[in-house]
Amino acid sequence: MVNVGVVLISHSPKIVEGIKEIIRQVNKDVPIALAGGTDEGEIGTNIDKIITAIEEADSGKGVLLFFDIGSAKMNAEMAVEMSEHEQVKIAEAPLVEGAYVAAVEAGIGKSMEEILQTLHKNF
Amino acid sequence: MELTVNKGLAWLKTINEKIQEKKDYLTDLDQAIGDGDHGINMARGFQEVEKKVEANDYADVSDLLKDAAMTLMSKVGGASGPLFGTAFLKLSMSLKEKDPVDYPSFSTAVGAAAEGIKQRGKAGQGEKTMVDVWVPMAEYLQNAQEFKPDELETKAKSAMEATKEISAKRGRAAYLGDRSIGHLDPGSVSSYYIFAALAETLQERK
Ligand SMILES: Nc1ncnc2c1ncn2[C@@H]1O[C@H](COP(=O)(O)OP(=O)(O)OP(=O)(O)O)[C@@H](O)[C@H]1O
Ligand SMILES: [Mg+2]
Repeated sequence: MVNVGVVLISHSPKIVEGIKEIIRQVNKDVPIALAGGTDEGEIGTNIDKIITAIEEADSGKGVLLFFDIGSAKMNAEMAVEMSEHEQVKIAEAPLVEGAYVAAVEAGIGKSMEEILQTLHKNF
Repeated sequence: MELTVNKGLAWLKTINEKIQEKKDYLTDLDQAIGDGDHGINMARGFQEVEKKVEANDYADVSDLLKDAAMTLMSKVGGASGPLFGTAFLKLSMSLKEKDPVDYPSFSTAVGAAAEGIKQRGKAGQGEKTMVDVWVPMAEYLQNAQEFKPDELETKAKSAMEATKEISAKRGRAAYLGDRSIGHLDPGSVSSYYIFAALAETLQERK
């Protein structure tokens, strides 16, 4: 089954690694790509990392981006504009719960639109 | 005023000089009302810009500024990376096929850059961000008839200083609300260095 992919964007690499662990407990298939920290692994966000993560997470059914504070959303928006992938959307939901809900839904084969609707309803 | 590729290079190098020199000061400012990384972010970014543009040849100012923009976007990090990256990208786009760059084209380009920052950051004037330097500078340049480096520097300085008295509505400092009053906005201070470096580079005697 092809699943919608999830990109986790945080200022901290540890945060996104932790969220991925939480999701992997319940789902092993959904593509999850991480963009945590700067290109040097320090606290911050980085456009190139986000673009690479979008590529990693895209298996043909679209990619949803989740972000934390400050510049994370701005960098996510730039990455979406710069990336050549078509079905890429930024989810307006809290990073941990939002990504968890999205991954569970992606795991049961829901489309991007369906997942976005669920997120919209819940958050 | 005439902005050539060589002058553009000198401008970028002068910005880098100033930022490296003020790295700790910018970081202190950001420590007061943000997360204390602004000096580090800017120093890393503009160092990379200098490295990048030194290693290449440019046909025109637009090409030069485009490389600066792309480097800032990927190397600065933080909020100021995409914002200054957008500013330089808008300058580059607006100055396409204009070489050397004359005064009217340059003021139009700064207008486009200010607009770009506003859109990217979803910020308006008076929210204690770099918008508070870029917008007044764009207006000043558009209204002034000719390029006066000293006046440009003074205007940028007072715009930067005015951020001290207002309360932050955007960026990390917004979480502090009125507690941000009494502190300069770090991104406005580095924007001031960008304009001060321009004034210095374009002084007739240089
Ligand atoms: N939404 C915004 N619109 C315009 N300017 C902004 C915005 N957010 C922050 N800034 C500017 O960026 C400066 C801070 O830049 P800095 O490099 O420290 O990024 P940061 O806020 O630490 O980023 P991050 O959120 O990733 O930690 C502020 O002083 C302000 O001038
Ligand atoms: Mg900061």
